[in-house]
Amino acid sequence: MGGNVATVPMGEGSGALPPRANLICFGASAAASAAVSFALGLSPFVWLVVTGAFTLASISIWSMMVEGRRRALDRVATIVIAEIFVLALVPLLSLVYTVVNEGLARFDSEFLTTSMRNVLGDGGGALHAALGTFIITAIATAAAVPVGILAAIYLVEYGKGRLKRAITFFVDVMMGIPSIVAGLFAYALFEIFFGPGIRLGVMGSVALMVLMIPIVIRATEEMLQVVPNALREASFALGVPKWLTILRVVLPTALAGIVTGVMLAIARVIGETAPLLVTTGSIDSVNLDPFNGRMANLPVFVYEQYKFPGVPPEAYIERAWAGALLLILIVMVLFLAARLIARRYGVEIRR
Amino acid sequence: MSAGPISAPEAPGSGKAIRRPGDRVFSGLAIAAGLTILIVLAGVAIFLIGEAWPAITAPVSDLPDGKSLIHYIWPLVFGTLLSSTIAIIIAVPMAIAVALFTSHIAPKAISMSVSYLVDLLAAIPSIIYGIWGIAVLGPASVPVTQWLSDHFGFIPFFDGPASTTGRTMLVAGLVLALMILPIVCAVAREVFQQTPKGLQESALALGATRWEMIRMVVLPFGRSAVVAGSMLGLGRALGETMAVTIILSVTGTITFDLISSENPSTIAANIALQFPESSGLDVNVLIATGLVLFAITLAVNMFARTIISRREAAGGR
Repeated sequence: MGGNVATVPMGEGSGALPPRANLICFGASAAASAAVSFALGLSPFVWLVVTGAFTLASISIWSMMVEGRRRALDRVATIVIAEIFVLALVPLLSLVYTVVNEGLARFDSEFLTTSMRNVLGDGGGALHAALGTFIITAIATAAAVPVGILAAIYLVEYGKGRLKRAITFFVDVMMGIPSIVAGLFAYALFEIFFGPGIRLGVMGSVALMVLMIPIVIRATEEMLQVVPNALREASFALGVPKWLTILRVVLPTALAGIVTGVMLAIARVIGETAPLLVTTGSIDSVNLDPFNGRMANLPVFVYEQYKFPGVPPEAYIERAWAGALLLILIVMVLFLAARLIARRYGVEIRR
Repeated sequence: MSAGPISAPEAPGSGKAIRRPGDRVFSGLAIAAGLTILIVLAGVAIFLIGEAWPAITAPVSDLPDGKSLIHYIWPLVFGTLLSSTIAIIIAVPMAIAVALFTSHIAPKAISMSVSYLVDLLAAIPSIIYGIWGIAVLGPASVPVTQWLSDHFGFIPFFDGPASTTGRTMLVAGLVLALMILPIVCAVAREVFQQTPKGLQESALALGATRWEMIRMVVLPFGRSAVVAGSMLGLGRALGETMAVTIILSVTGTITFDLISSENPSTIAANIALQFPESSGLDVNVLIATGLVLFAITLAVNMFARTIISRREAAGGR
């Protein structure tokens, strides 16, 4: 243990690489890899992989010679982790690029303002599906949010003993219900009352509700827990009853976080396809009544257009991509709005 | 964090708490909402069993293809487990790396936006992963699987003949891996960030490099959470429907060959493919398979939760 921290001995090799060594190696490797890829006419993805390998090799050899084994291992680990991260982003970029690129072909006003009624081949749109998605998700949200928030209040503010433990446990279990099973549940439930083969918009809402409730509970619970106890105690000390404390002090403090959680929950379920496939069915025209007949929705629209194209198939595939683009736009808007709310109005979470 | 924050009015020290009517109504509502969770979950199990019952009791000759229920379900269970295993094997190491990158490697300014990107991955609908998989990843995988079957054909996984469309188990597993990556990553990131600062700084002060600190302090601290997160990811992969439905070319063969065009289906994908066109007893059979899926994911999730709670009870996390 030397007194001088700056010169702690690192075993063999006591030199140090220049501060930007990682960057230098990366730049050199990128250039070398570009040269190789260009010469052989390889794809950008191969360029990326080769760059990664070159960077890793060069930095490890250089650091090994100058700094010794432990420093070299540190650099290698850092670079491997960073490279895996980049690798994980490649599919995301590719996916977004593909959806935007393919979707723009049919992302026109006709797509947004017409349904598929009497459409064969070209033309047509997803108005019926967009409206259906909106109605189905709205009903699911209206049912799931109050139950979810109240259950979270129970868990954080009231719950104790075995019931609390049981509910916490089963909320986690409910999180893991496969979406298709939620769909089958909704079907089984409604079949008892309406007979076999039943398809209704509201059945989709029930399925989505089952998926949404645990997400809302988790998000709310987390937010209620970070509300400082001092606020509650101050309120109690002023003689405010517990329920008013929760309504007037705890919930408003956590509100931004709860809104964020709800929006993220909506973003998660709005693209669910499987449960809707078995509950709402699909239909070519606008149906605004969730209690009467089949109801189209965007995810199932995308699936059916892509999986079962008619003639000419291009028209159907293009509509599928345009639908996917619309869906991704909705999800992204929800997602970004939620983050914005969290950042602007949220309480700072300190651990 | 897991303990409820307070119970002030009930315990003023003297004994009896004051219960106002508003309190009674409000706490009643809260308890009712909590009980709803248990009722819904029980309802899922009861209604599925009720609808699956006709299929379980029906004579074999009435079932699809004249096969017994077990013979019908087994290939599907096999396909489900196979695709999920591939997904887990690929996703978990990547998720740990991405989580470490955001918690310990990346500069603060970047790591925030990085976490957004990863969360965004989780929000992309599965159907879009599916059509991306079949339109982009599948075709891109063809030369690779061809090469694998040419040079590593002796390994059963790469037996081939390689599919020419890319609609293989390997691609389905890869897409599933992408979909569960954010789930595992979120859990891992959370716990890595909670690693006590004191422990980390002590390791650094003793001369450990950053990687040594991560290996000796951060990873052991987060191990149980990573295991639990992986199980949650597994649960999601088991039940994931649309990506597999769209990507996989299904023949019902039981095989470990990951790159051919003959694949077992998965439970969820089979339901999605068959349900819209089914009626009568076929529907009950499909619901019976759904019940099996429910039981499997339930077991996996309960196992994960038990690990977490046991570690928490033992004092470690």
